[in-house]
Amino acid sequence: MNFKTLVLAALAVAAASAATAKSIELLNVSYDPTRELYVDYNAAFAKYWKAKTGDDVVVKQSHGGSGKQARSIIDGLQADVATLALAADIDALYDNAKLLPADWQKRLPNNSTPYTSTIVFLVRKGNPKGIKDWNDLVKPGVSVVTPNPKTSGGARWNYLAAWAYAKHRYGSDSAAQKFVAALYKNVPVLDSGARGSTTTFVQRAIGDVAISWENEAFLALKEFGADKFEVIVPSLSILAEPPVAVVDKVVKKKGTADVAKAYLEYLYSDEGQEIAGRNFYRPRNAAIAAKYASVFPQLQLVTIDAEFGGWTTAQKAHFAEGGVFDQIYAK
Amino acid sequence: MAPTIRPRSVLPGFGLSLGFTLAYLGLIVLIPLSAAFLKIAGMSWHDFVAAVASPRVVASYRLSFGVSLAAALVNAFFGFIVAWVLVRYTFPGRRIVDALVDLPFALPTAVAGIALTAIYAKNGWVGQWLDPLWVRGVGRLAAFVPWIDWKSWLGGTIAFDRPGIFIALTFIGLPFVVRTLQPVLIELEPELEEAAATLGANRWQTMTRVILPEVFPAMLTGFALAFARAIGEYGSVVFIAGNQPAHSEITPLIIITKLEQYDYRGATAVAVVMLVASFFLLFAINLLQKWSRRFSAV
Repeated sequence: MNFKTLVLAALAVAAASAATAKSIELLNVSYDPTRELYVDYNAAFAKYWKAKTGDDVVVKQSHGGSGKQARSIIDGLQADVATLALAADIDALYDNAKLLPADWQKRLPNNSTPYTSTIVFLVRKGNPKGIKDWNDLVKPGVSVVTPNPKTSGGARWNYLAAWAYAKHRYGSDSAAQKFVAALYKNVPVLDSGARGSTTTFVQRAIGDVAISWENEAFLALKEFGADKFEVIVPSLSILAEPPVAVVDKVVKKKGTADVAKAYLEYLYSDEGQEIAGRNFYRPRNAAIAAKYASVFPQLQLVTIDAEFGGWTTAQKAHFAEGGVFDQIYAK
Repeated sequence: MAPTIRPRSVLPGFGLSLGFTLAYLGLIVLIPLSAAFLKIAGMSWHDFVAAVASPRVVASYRLSFGVSLAAALVNAFFGFIVAWVLVRYTFPGRRIVDALVDLPFALPTAVAGIALTAIYAKNGWVGQWLDPLWVRGVGRLAAFVPWIDWKSWLGGTIAFDRPGIFIALTFIGLPFVVRTLQPVLIELEPELEEAAATLGANRWQTMTRVILPEVFPAMLTGFALAFARAIGEYGSVVFIAGNQPAHSEITPLIIITKLEQYDYRGATAVAVVMLVASFFLLFAINLLQKWSRRFSAV
């Protein structure tokens, strides 16, 4: 075999492998605070997929308020997967455009939520107002920062967590409504999204306490320094389940159904769960959750299904036009 | 046959240019607007009223139109002074000041909103001085005239309350007034003032009898533009307003809020109400302008 044929053979092999190794592009449309999580995860998935199938996969990310992102998908944004802040926003993809089946949440384990989070407080260093639990937020003179639940998915979790606390402590819905009304009386600024709210609290020095996603609070500590802020964990909070789903109509058109499905399933793998934990999302996998137990404090967590009868019911009762949230602002 | 007299025009073909005008306006303005009307055509009257007349929405109309009006009025006054200074005097740095006036046109509104918030917030450069002053001023007013709820009207702070909205709307409206007044003031020769003076007019008379009637139509145009712009402004206001329902929530935010809840029709209904109201306001201002022109004929 001379040198020439060797080169030719090498070229032929390279050409053949180039022909079989496809280059795939996925679009993951997500909400605000997952930016850092998916930057990590996409790199890991690309490596895994390359090893498994030999194909290159590039995952593009789009982030914004959860509701706004859902609307973009309804209006035609070609999202292969939607990873949003709450199930109601993925339900909207079915309700408004039939982009996926109604029972999408049953297709993956744990209500299609590979990681969970919860709602905690971010306070200024030294906790000058002595905030320990939800009932400290309704005290006169305490200024609370939380976004508008009408425009922000995270803010809806905040609101429902406060409601659940009051219901458990004081026993009735009417007491809970009074509690939540008193809490929002202490809110000087209703930003439209979770990131805006964090900015108001951190950069503009507005408020004594910000109600925040757990991962967002940890991220603020990491970004702005643990010497300026502290995370306070209340006695009770809500188990926030940000779900993920393949957008059937889009992947069918783009021919990416298999890789999109694998992309979401890999979130449940050991590596996917590790990445979630590293980015301050609570892993579902018990073994990996145990590894991160020192990061995530123990507290009583209630679920939206047990407490509020699911998203559809909660949405209608609390956040729809004329719902409880509107009532507490009606004079 | 006598030759027909046709007005000469630089652009050839009246038919062609009118056709182009109509097609262009149709594509850019009328079709999107009529889509809004089509969208609400399917709504029942009851749903429509429920969407556009709930107390929270009505409060937002009052706020949006009220603050826009106040901001446009202030701009009409101070914009006139700015335009006057830029036209009548030469001073070092005049060109730079002149260019600065255009800045609110060019700046993305979100940038303006974030910058204004950073400056006027309690820990901002201006806010740390101005905010306590404002709070004290409002407190004084409340002590003198206790039967009006000043704090609710004028806001408890500057940023994140009604004064913040006013500042943002004044900021974005200023260039409209200055840029419409400048050419008129350039046309207005200083000789006119000298003539008035030789005829025995004092400064006040020259101002009110000679200059103002001449620039009033342009001032109204600038005012109308600033006003219309302010009503529709969203980007800069949401950052500085505080967005309290029924208090510091502007109508464009109500529209966004409805969209976030997939209430496309409700959002369009509110948009149509704003559209119709703005149209009639601008129409009224146009009439007023026509009427005022009668007095400016020298």
